Amino acid sequence: MSDFDRTAEYASHHSEEDGKAMRKTIWVIFWVLLGITAVEVSLGLTWKDLGLAWTFVKWTFIILTLFKAYYIVAYYMHLKHEYKNFIYMVSIPYIVLVAYLIVMLLVEAIFVHDTAQIL
Amino acid sequence: MAGHTPSVDSKKLWGGGISPFNIGYGKIMMWFFLVSDAFSFSALLISYGFMRHRFEEVWPVAENVFTHFPFLHGDHPLLYVALMTFILIMSSVTMVLAVEAGHRMNKKGVTIWMALTIVGGLIFVGSQAWEWYHFIHGTELGAIQLADGTIAQWISDAKNAFVLPSGIEVSGAEAAAMIKEGTEVYGANLTVNEYGLPAFGDFFFFITGFHGTHVFSGVVLNFIIFVNVLKGTYEKRGHYEMVEKVGLYWHFVDLVWVFVFTFFYLI
Repeated sequence: MSDFDRTAEYASHHSEEDGKAMRKTIWVIFWVLLGITAVEVSLGLTWKDLGLAWTFVKWTFIILTLFKAYYIVAYYMHLKHEYKNFIYMVSIPYIVLVAYLIVMLLVEAIFVHDTAQIL
Repeated sequence: MAGHTPSVDSKKLWGGGISPFNIGYGKIMMWFFLVSDAFSFSALLISYGFMRHRFEEVWPVAENVFTHFPFLHGDHPLLYVALMTFILIMSSVTMVLAVEAGHRMNKKGVTIWMALTIVGGLIFVGSQAWEWYHFIHGTELGAIQLADGTIAQWISDAKNAFVLPSGIEVSGAEAAAMIKEGTEVYGANLTVNEYGLPAFGDFFFFITGFHGTHVFSGVVLNFIIFVNVLKGTYEKRGHYEMVEKVGLYWHFVDLVWVFVFTFFYLI
């Protein structure tokens, strides 16, 4: 442990060629994110006029948001290209606990909502 | 991304002789911090969801609250917040381009993209301040808080009739008596909210405030790293991993906003 150095860092380098391909990916992801946001905003502005059901609109928003989150984490935060075990270590605890919290709190909220109506 | 070829000084390896996951210590710790921070934001947004379901019928619709746009009059729901979202996505792109330039040891590229990221962050914080100002300030008409604490909206400028959160309209002598008992309220703070339930205001201030604090500290961190880039610190060190670390933090801030935007403004 004597030569253990907390500042250990990795020098990641790539060539001009690789850089070109990476910049292309970055801009493609940008257009994807912008496109999804544009769809969300226009849906938010027009869903009533289009006569769409709120449940459908709501789930569309949530699914599009999860897509956006995936692209940011996987490509911009580079997680997709880390080691598989690292991906699992970061994502599984988060997903399991948050899914649990969502189920618990929303079930409780609906229960409190319904009981308050009776009282 | 392609071409990721890590190399590390053997003297700098973690105890045990290898670096776990081929990632530097600082970057792993940044990831751990971000996971814990993600828990905080998730808890906030999920408790928002709790209140939203609990008070489903009377919860204010964000679309009717945030309708302002700078230099424009009238109702422009969603447009301003869409612009803020665009600015933050844009600054995320400039950040990832700075990281990419760092991989090529291109100091000029890192400098330009970092500077643009900082500008984007500052515009976003400014936009949020503007939004807060309008939310705190409220509308010219205001609303009436009845004796039992319910917020009712005026039907017209005459302020002699109002509509209750349940949709029931009250006018005439009955309304006059209730108005006399109640108080007029303008804007929102932590105890009163002219748009409806005070909890809506509390969540708005807390969630966007917590996120805004993250954006602000992100701008500060980016600025510190930017100064180091200018000084040539990373050029001398031989790699720009510090830019990657603040980049992770900055993308996380953008990621949180994606969720705040959906759950606070769209749904």
